[in-house]
Amino acid sequence: MASKSIKLKAKTENGETTVKALIKHPMETGRRKDKDSGELIPIHYIKEVTCKYQDETVLTTELGPTISKNPFLSFTFTGGAAGEKVELTWLDNKGEGETASATIS
Amino acid sequence: MKTDMKRRLFLKASLATGAVGIAAGAGLLTPRSVLAAWNTAAFGAESVADALKAGMGSDALTDSAEVMLDIPKNPENGAVVPVAVTTTLSGVESIALLVDKNVKPLCGIFYPGKRMKPAMSIRVKVGESANIIAVMKSGGKLYSAKQAVTVTIGGCG
Repeated sequence: MASKSIKLKAKTENGETTVKALIKHPMETGRRKDKDSGELIPIHYIKEVTCKYQDETVLTTELGPTISKNPFLSFTFTGGAAGEKVELTWLDNKGEGETASATIS
Repeated sequence: MKTDMKRRLFLKASLATGAVGIAAGAGLLTPRSVLAAWNTAAFGAESVADALKAGMGSDALTDSAEVMLDIPKNPENGAVVPVAVTTTLSGVESIALLVDKNVKPLCGIFYPGKRMKPAMSIRVKVGESANIIAVMKSGGKLYSAKQAVTVTIGGCG
């Protein structure tokens, strides 16, 4: 599943799998002003990220706009073998979102 | 895709128990936003104590050497401050990250599944030089660690 917004990598080593995800997203706080018009840029940020390993939820998060632009998330779970899949989903405050999957290497 | 997203939301909402239960119990959420699970009260809070009460159920923190933070001391650019948190505690139910001087201190709450190691890294915005606080909930108690960071360019303006 090709994804425009998510770069997802999962690597297994010594029985543990490390997941690294980079999500392309502006993460606007709603407090920043447009340099040209001087108007506030509307708030736009990712609210939730969920990661699954073989239909089992590994991580659920609730995020706020104070997470940096283009969020990068990294974590480790036990188990996982090369060739198996991990899946990551994000959802933002406008109801937009995307899901991507990656094969564990 | 549409129905798929809804199914996901429903599944997630039925799985997420803790935060929703607390928020719904406090009468803060309408049934519709319960489905979305996102903790409006905690993220809208303007103090660390209020954010913790709404997000983690209490603001009674125990400083613990078992919660370890890895953050550069002088990240300079407050827009991108890498934060890594790890612990030797077991049975961690949730992890909260806060920046005490930010207008809205709560950055995020993470709920590790039973498989996940209670450790992670993410990048946060720091508006001005402040303390970054990591709070972990284990066995109903909150354990925390904090580290001061100095930023020369604020990350929220």
